[in-house]
Amino acid sequence: MKLRKQTKKEFITYAIVLLFYAVVMILDVTGNLKSHTKGLLVPVCYYATAAVSLNLVVGILGDLSLGHAGFMCVGAFSSSLFSVVFKESAMPVGLRFLIALIIGTAVAALFGFLIGIPVLRLNGDYLAIVTLAFGEIIKNILAAIYLGYDEAGVHLSLKSFTLQGEGKMLINGAMGIQGVPTDSNFTVATLILILTLVVVQHIVDSRTGRAIMSIRDNRIAAESIGINVTKYKMLAFTVSAAIAGTVGVLFSHNTSTLTAASNYFGYNVSIMILVYVVLGGIGSIRGSVIAAALLYALPEMLRGLGNLSNYRMLIYSVILIAVMLWNWAPAARTWREKVFAGKGGKADAAS
Amino acid sequence: MLNFLNTIINGISLGSIYAIIALGYTMVYGIAKMLNFAHGDVIMVGGYLVYTGMISWGFNPLLAILFACIGCTMLGILTERVAYKPLRGASSNLAVLITAIGVSYFLQNISLLIFTANPKSFTSVITWEGISLADGQLKIQGITIVTIVAGIVVLLALQLFIKRTKAGQAMLAVSEDKGAATLMGIDVNKTISLTFAIGSGLAAIAGALLCSAYPVLTPYTGAMPGIKAFVAAVLGGIGSIPGAMLGGLLLGVAETLSKRYISTQLADAIVFAILIVMLLVRPAGLLGKKLQEKV
Amino acid sequence: MQLLEVKDLSISFGGLRAVDNLNLTVEKGELYGLIGPNGAGKTTVFNLLTGVYKPTEGSINLNGVNITGHRTAQINRDGIARTFQNIRLFKDLSVKDNVKLGLHQHYRYSTLTGILRLPKYFKVEKEMDERAMELLKVFDLDGEAETLSSNLPYGKQRKLEIARALATDPVLLLLDEPAAGMNPNETQELMDTIRFVRDKFDMTILLIEHDMKLVGGICEELTVLNFGQVLRQGPTKEVLNDPEVIKAYIGE
Repeated sequence: MKLRKQTKKEFITYAIVLLFYAVVMILDVTGNLKSHTKGLLVPVCYYATAAVSLNLVVGILGDLSLGHAGFMCVGAFSSSLFSVVFKESAMPVGLRFLIALIIGTAVAALFGFLIGIPVLRLNGDYLAIVTLAFGEIIKNILAAIYLGYDEAGVHLSLKSFTLQGEGKMLINGAMGIQGVPTDSNFTVATLILILTLVVVQHIVDSRTGRAIMSIRDNRIAAESIGINVTKYKMLAFTVSAAIAGTVGVLFSHNTSTLTAASNYFGYNVSIMILVYVVLGGIGSIRGSVIAAALLYALPEMLRGLGNLSNYRMLIYSVILIAVMLWNWAPAARTWREKVFAGKGGKADAAS
Repeated sequence: MLNFLNTIINGISLGSIYAIIALGYTMVYGIAKMLNFAHGDVIMVGGYLVYTGMISWGFNPLLAILFACIGCTMLGILTERVAYKPLRGASSNLAVLITAIGVSYFLQNISLLIFTANPKSFTSVITWEGISLADGQLKIQGITIVTIVAGIVVLLALQLFIKRTKAGQAMLAVSEDKGAATLMGIDVNKTISLTFAIGSGLAAIAGALLCSAYPVLTPYTGAMPGIKAFVAAVLGGIGSIPGAMLGGLLLGVAETLSKRYISTQLADAIVFAILIVMLLVRPAGLLGKKLQEKV
Repeated sequence: MQLLEVKDLSISFGGLRAVDNLNLTVEKGELYGLIGPNGAGKTTVFNLLTGVYKPTEGSINLNGVNITGHRTAQINRDGIARTFQNIRLFKDLSVKDNVKLGLHQHYRYSTLTGILRLPKYFKVEKEMDERAMELLKVFDLDGEAETLSSNLPYGKQRKLEIARALATDPVLLLLDEPAAGMNPNETQELMDTIRFVRDKFDMTILLIEHDMKLVGGICEELTVLNFGQVLRQGPTKEVLNDPEVIKAYIGE
């Protein structure tokens, strides 16, 4: 059977990820991997996953969400709560982590759905600022609550309290959740990335994806041909939030202490993921993976070379502005059309 | 009671700063129809310029503020030219917003390189102690009074400018209908540049006041107040100048009250919750006009 | 048989009555024209018929069913499809995908079926591809099926919009200034296409147009709007020779 063009594209993306995985594994087995580099592997995978999921909203649906880190935060806290409670139980580690992944994903999906109801009625700038607002609210609330249990029962408060007798502090305000089991590993993170790619790419190349993209291209026309705009917006937003939740699970189970701090879950993290999406090419799923991996890992790998990391964000921001101007400025578009006339006229909306 | 009064006064002071920033947002939004995400970072640049002027070059405060105003005005015009103007007429309205985020990142990181991440402790531009009322139980700091007065002066000046000058009327016309304004011989590009210039100049004043009231200056100082000022602009009705003032004051009071009586950590969450409720109940804001999309 | 029956339809925008007491009946299979000077409220009528605006007063009946107040997407499912004055294609999608989106309501499988790539996904997608190609062939667009729709020349974009509207399988087709921006040759070709669509798809067509040659050439009935009100209604020949209509057009 001859593969369709779209299917071929999808397979190339999987192949890139698998190749990356294989190379890393070979380096590891032959002892060529520094422990510093090893520490980067899981984050590379989950930031790539985060970028792919954000691209579903930004690139495919065409709405700018700045609350992605908020959904990661929800996924991280809900799953870690479960893992901490069942840490000492007889449950096998694999099963516990699987349940944690499901919980984090499901809770984030629920939040995505509930937040989507009011948010998706808005457009453009308002949607961006309100998603940012929701993300910050989630982070701030999770940084302010205290949850614990003792002989008197379960306590939930906005103020610090002391436990009576036998018990355990689960969420300790700004100190967060302590002792999260470090169940994440590179293999699981790679699997999640591939699963995410399958889900997102298959949605894009289907009836559902076409409907979502039609809203992006022209909402009024989409309505005029009977597309249920609210339904498809909700769908894209909820799926994206759910995957962000999965990312949160991987994140929180990669370090033992989880805090709702701004540098992990603030809107700046959402913006960083947005930078990956934009530089990888808005709407390009494969681009998101590559951009996230490169932009996250490169500066970390080059940390030895002086104060390059100080310049990296500066360089990223300049590239970001340049890429946006190059891709979207009407003058640049006309110029490109003139120069590349006749080439690249084929539909190439989502790869 | 005195405590409460004090909190309210502090709230009005913070609110005045938000209002001055929000004025910049609302004008740019009304005229260029874009959310200038980097507006908050212009405040930060303004703060550093005042700091440099006063500490490194020994300017007196007024001169330092003037210096910062000029610097920020130029910065505003420059960013508009380089980053936003080429995107006018782009087919995606996300493009200019993402670019503005890029500019915000750029300003933060260039400041990080020049001034480092170490917080600079800012010397207040106001040396006046302030006044004390009710036998010293109610102390109002000089900076608080100056900030409130500055807010009122800026609002009145802007209103006068828009109502009484040709350039101001041109701004009004461009915000109503770009096409019609062009036909009437108004130079839309020039008007938008002027709007950015004024907004950025105001941001420098806001920066000086903000850093005087909360005297820690880092490259990230402007980001959060910038976002909150946008919230204030939306609250008051985006595009409306009195609305920005009202929204700023309400937001400032709400934030200080939350900090004082509910929880410091949740104050930001409450501010954002107000935004969300507002947009759901009355998307056009308190003093804004409703817009309908043309088919 | 009456297909579309509009009764006492009015809408006000802040005191201005953009459409005032419009009564309109379109028979099944008819080619009906809605004309009038700029700003007469023609596109507003289309926006009322397709649920973009809610009427202040009046009712819209399609096939005897009251569809007043239905939302835009629902009205398409009720059987009205439209094109737009300023073409609204899905510009970053291919020509074929534009038409497949028109088929969206009639060829279904769930999102999960799509994600899991179940056999139904392949079956339905194939059926959609075939149907879309059939429609594209009718409009002589099948050679450009994989082209990005925004890369089509202007005239073909107009055709594609009609093809997409027809893909939704409507009973009534609304065309908003289909000849806008076309040269006389293209207009002539468009007239043939519109007649062909009416005959081949057994379609009822209501169109807004400024080009009097097109209106006089293909419309059977006309309504002339002026300042939101009906100026004249009736068979094309009579209406176009009416002195008042001529005055409204040429007079001022």
